Amino acid sequence: MKTTIARAVALSLAAVAGASFAQNIKIAQIVELSGPGTAAGTMYRNGANLAIKEINAAGGIMGRRIESVEMDTQTQPAIAKAMTVKAVDDKVTAIFGPVFSGSILVSQAESQKAGIPNFTGGEATTVTAQGNPFIFRSSLSQSSAIPKVAAYMANDLKVKSVAVVFGNNDFGKGGRDAIIKELGARNVKIAADISTDPGQVDMSSAVLRTKQANADAAFVYVNEEESARLLKEFRKQGYDKPLIGETTLLGAKVLELAGSAANGARGHVGLTADAPAFKDFLPKFEKEFKAKPDHNGIKGYFSAYVLKAAIEKAKSTDGKAVAAALRNSCFKAKDHPGILLDVCFDDKGDLDRESFLVEVKDGKQVVTQTLPMLGKR
Amino acid sequence: MTDFLQLLLSGVATGAIYAMAALGFTLLWQAAGTINFAQGEFVMLPAFAMLIGLSFGLPLWAAFLVAVVLSVAVLGAVFKRWIVDPMRGSGVVAVVVATLGLSIGLKSVVKAGYSAEPHPFPSVFGEEVFKLAGVTVSYADVGALLFAGLMVLGLQTFLNKTVTGRAMQAVAQNTFSAEALGINVKRMIFYTFAINAILVAVTALLITPTYLAKFDMGDNIGLKAFFAAIIGGFNNSRGALLGGVIVGVLENLAGAYLTPAYKDGVALLLFLVVILLKPDGLLGTPQERKV
Repeated sequence: MKTTIARAVALSLAAVAGASFAQNIKIAQIVELSGPGTAAGTMYRNGANLAIKEINAAGGIMGRRIESVEMDTQTQPAIAKAMTVKAVDDKVTAIFGPVFSGSILVSQAESQKAGIPNFTGGEATTVTAQGNPFIFRSSLSQSSAIPKVAAYMANDLKVKSVAVVFGNNDFGKGGRDAIIKELGARNVKIAADISTDPGQVDMSSAVLRTKQANADAAFVYVNEEESARLLKEFRKQGYDKPLIGETTLLGAKVLELAGSAANGARGHVGLTADAPAFKDFLPKFEKEFKAKPDHNGIKGYFSAYVLKAAIEKAKSTDGKAVAAALRNSCFKAKDHPGILLDVCFDDKGDLDRESFLVEVKDGKQVVTQTLPMLGKR
Repeated sequence: MTDFLQLLLSGVATGAIYAMAALGFTLLWQAAGTINFAQGEFVMLPAFAMLIGLSFGLPLWAAFLVAVVLSVAVLGAVFKRWIVDPMRGSGVVAVVVATLGLSIGLKSVVKAGYSAEPHPFPSVFGEEVFKLAGVTVSYADVGALLFAGLMVLGLQTFLNKTVTGRAMQAVAQNTFSAEALGINVKRMIFYTFAINAILVAVTALLITPTYLAKFDMGDNIGLKAFFAAIIGGFNNSRGALLGGVIVGVLENLAGAYLTPAYKDGVALLLFLVVILLKPDGLLGTPQERKV
């Protein structure tokens, strides 16, 4: 008798657990939680977790809670790929990450085969050039952002020559190729082309070569940790020309790590928590994580909310339906406040939205200009 | 010429920091036959100890003093008592494997407790710079050079001019004879571990503003210090200083005049050349195998 009751209880519990499991929307966060990409991956994860917490607290997506699993790529493309295979086996609804372009370039083949929407923080142009209908960016691509920086340097700062310092990975090389092309089109001379390694700690020779180039400005395109080290070394060697960069030079984490050495750095950012559009998001993130969000934190937050918007639009969690709901579609922030800014996706998964010119003053990003979306759909 | 001087100064300053960690390698080897492959993590731990001190509102100098005390207790006494002493008699390989394991374990613990993110670390000498004969000089470089120089000079004076220092050298040269002469060998060996613990704490203070406090920050410094110790001579303290400065300067010159991409390979290349041509290091002396 006891055995029968026990079996009945066990079966009931299993049925309840199974039902609740089926109702959850399972997502995998495959991000850089160790290795050189830690700063970026952790921020992205934190942003996504905040959004997931808010969405679940507000009743989930169409009444279903989001269940998130975190996996560490160790900033290695091969591990990112293996983790994506695992996420596919786990039958997740969507994958967030990796953030590093080199990793998503390798891992997206697996999510594509399985037909799972894959949101990434990677900004290299090549990320969406694979003909993958399931890849979606959470930030502007280099092909959208770099022309804006080049125009800023040529038209606003009126520089005639630039020393380019880039990171020797897919992200850095992609940015380097794009800026050289864009500056060339604006008759700006490349005075030096300087490579640095991911994880490089001593930047003295890279900075000295930049100084030797005697260009009107330096364009720095490396990941967050290396950006902070470069800024400190530029300060240490008394570099007095404009330091121009993109989001990874001017992010909150970089400013925290570089301290006063970041003052004066300027450039274009796709996302900044200091823009008026993020005034509600900023205190929520700071309260949750006791740190200021950088662009990757906003990317993670955006990814979760845009997934919600797409599922609600598709009225389905089927990967193909969700991807179709995102492609060639625009979402307005007034309808979906969590996406923070109006956004449009094209047929490749690239996105378009407002962006910002900023300058670092007293350790803070100051928005000097808001640039409009590139195109209207 | 100005550029060359700039590189030289920066390289010597970095090299002096490598030298302090390298000096720890050579001291432990001479006194206890220990090659400590967790030396890089021994630099990382005081950095985090200082960060914790700072988070409690301590000024940097006080956090540093606390870190030194903790370092001597944990990285000196506990390391010797719990890891090196039980391994004595098991050969060098056993200690190498144990310290490699310790290295991985320490990184994992710090990563779990303090996240894998880099953390900012204040410079004890500030971030200001000044010009000297056309060369931009930072107070951080001058300070690192002075601090490291004083540490090494002080250590050399201690080892050569004091009774305790000479007793430590006697133990390093021949443990059995030293014991026969009435020297407290165990205590002298502990002093060596304590000195290494102080050296790594000072190294952490000087290098972390550049490296940033991160669980794997010791990987690079540990490797460079090991190369520096081998290049200079593993059984010679002055060799460690020479090796550190050579590595620091050459990698700077290679980064500027060849390409930054090959910068880190310089130490490895130099390491290979020295091993091939002078296996005992530039200032090292041939050692007879103890039976």
